[in-house]
Amino acid sequence: MIETRALRKSYGSSLVLDEVSLTLPRGGITSIIGANGAGKSTLLSVISRLLTADSGAVSIDSQDIFRAAGPELARKLAVLRQDNHLNARLTVKELVSFGRYPHSKGRLTPACREAVNHAMTWLDLTALSDRFLDQLSGGQRQRAFVAMTLAQETDYILLDEPLNNLDMKNARAMMLTLRQAVQALQKTVVMVLHDINFASVHSDRIIAMKAGRVIHSGTPAQIITPAILRDVYDMEITVQEIDGHRFAFYYG
Amino acid sequence: MRLGLAFLLVAALAAISLTVGVSGLSLSRLLAGDGRDWLILWESRVPRTLALLLAGASMAIAGLLMQIVIRNRFVEPSTTGTVEAAGLGLLVMTLLAPGAPVIVKMAVGAVFALGGTGLFLLVLRRVPLRDQMIVPLIGIILTGVLHAATTFFAYRADLMQTVLAWTQGDLSGVLRGRYELLWLGAAMAAVAWIAADRFTLAGLGRDMATSLGLAHGRVLALGLSIVSGVTAVVVVTVGIIPFLGLIVPNLVSLALGDNMRRAVPWVAVSGAGLVLACDILGRILRAPYEIPVGTILGVIGSLTFLILILKGRRNAA
Ligand SMILES: Nc1ncnc2c1ncn2[C@@H]1O[C@H](COP(=O)(O)OP(=O)(O)OP(=O)(O)O)[C@@H](O)[C@H]1O
Ligand SMILES: [Mg+2]
Repeated sequence: MIETRALRKSYGSSLVLDEVSLTLPRGGITSIIGANGAGKSTLLSVISRLLTADSGAVSIDSQDIFRAAGPELARKLAVLRQDNHLNARLTVKELVSFGRYPHSKGRLTPACREAVNHAMTWLDLTALSDRFLDQLSGGQRQRAFVAMTLAQETDYILLDEPLNNLDMKNARAMMLTLRQAVQALQKTVVMVLHDINFASVHSDRIIAMKAGRVIHSGTPAQIITPAILRDVYDMEITVQEIDGHRFAFYYG
Repeated sequence: MRLGLAFLLVAALAAISLTVGVSGLSLSRLLAGDGRDWLILWESRVPRTLALLLAGASMAIAGLLMQIVIRNRFVEPSTTGTVEAAGLGLLVMTLLAPGAPVIVKMAVGAVFALGGTGLFLLVLRRVPLRDQMIVPLIGIILTGVLHAATTFFAYRADLMQTVLAWTQGDLSGVLRGRYELLWLGAAMAAVAWIAADRFTLAGLGRDMATSLGLAHGRVLALGLSIVSGVTAVVVVTVGIIPFLGLIVPNLVSLALGDNMRRAVPWVAVSGAGLVLACDILGRILRAPYEIPVGTILGVIGSLTFLILILKGRRNAA
């Protein structure tokens, strides 16, 4: 279980996290939605100890994340940030293998190799395994980073816009992979999504943020409604139910 | 396999290096147990060749390490103030404690080098625009300032000659008893290999390193300490060999990438080989006179570096 208590964070005079208190139970997929600048990435960074909040606390399985030992936490929680610039020239396989670092400290065990191979297969990277990252397309690179995060084999997986740069096929494949990980391996996935229809179809819970606060949270059926989406995005959005899923239409 | 071939090539260069010099050596006289030839070999040629191998390999590794942890392809100890700061430290020791053992001087030089590198990182942090090329430019400015300070004191104390020796790699004076500190530098460079995964990971950036459970700050500090230590050792023994730490890691990275575990042996072998080749060249070009290895590498290195930049093989981060 991930718990945040009264998180506050400001840059200069602008408050980007405003008393965020959340409880995310173990298991399932939670999607965080909200407009640009709502504070989604900031929240994810604070939960994953990449950024310190001005006040408040975060705990994972009742353990304060800033007191936890770095390597131990890295075996429990994996995070992928929204932007990943690499200056280093690594191959796909080398990058994904670094996902095993918390377990192996660089000396890959057979179990590590298996995890690396699985992650690469899930994200359809096997054919690219010896390519350097700077020789990949944007979507291929994104998949390599997600594979690295999955190879870490943690209970909690935090992903900031994992569908960035992905085509329809790969986006769906990634969502299905994550669903499978949740169902078969009892993982807990928290991710920031801009495509609210993916969020609607694949999440167990949706959290909506606006101006640094969590303004709504609930099941897709509760959140994907015209009234709540208007509140979140300040625009009119039509919602229709097809095959038991709610879809938002905002293209017209 | 290919690395083995490279090793053989360097071994061959080393064998050549043993035979090239003002006073001729001959295998038959050595075999016959000629005392003079053995003396030259043992007191001068072997030390010089070992010094070349050790200095070349450790400086190249130090350059690679610095590029990985600072995450910039265009830095090396002599473009970040590290070398100049080490020189300043040695100068301070020469002025204040001229009788101190060389290892103490070297240690103080290393501390100064670390301080200079730290200063460089502090300045970097305050510069908002982090273009790839801005980073070495800042380093060169800092180098200039430190150089001015060193020159000021050296000039007043009439030590310009000494300071010049630190920054211009020259191995013509290497004799037994005057280069052994380089083993210490090589040992430090070896630590960089042992901890290679940590450094590669640190090179992926603070966030990624932290999320994989690495104490990023500590690894960065370890890396820069190694770089400073190696720099101080090389400065105090044979003098800095310019461009070595820049071009060797860049060329290896082009072919093999930046996974340090894989790159370090290649960087070490290529660094040692390049320095050996340049030194041999310096000995035969104008024989019986010598051109310092630093001068030869300065020419070859600056040209290679120019080509690397013009090719602009990597966009700014
Ligand atoms: N380093 C920083 N300095 C100053 N302001 C910042 C900094 N990082 C983020 N902000 C501000 O904090 C607010 C929240 O940013 P955050 O990245 O969390 O938004 P987001 O919800 O992830 O947006 P997006 O959908 O565009 O990724 C924004 O207004 C942003 O401008
Ligand atoms: Mg964001």
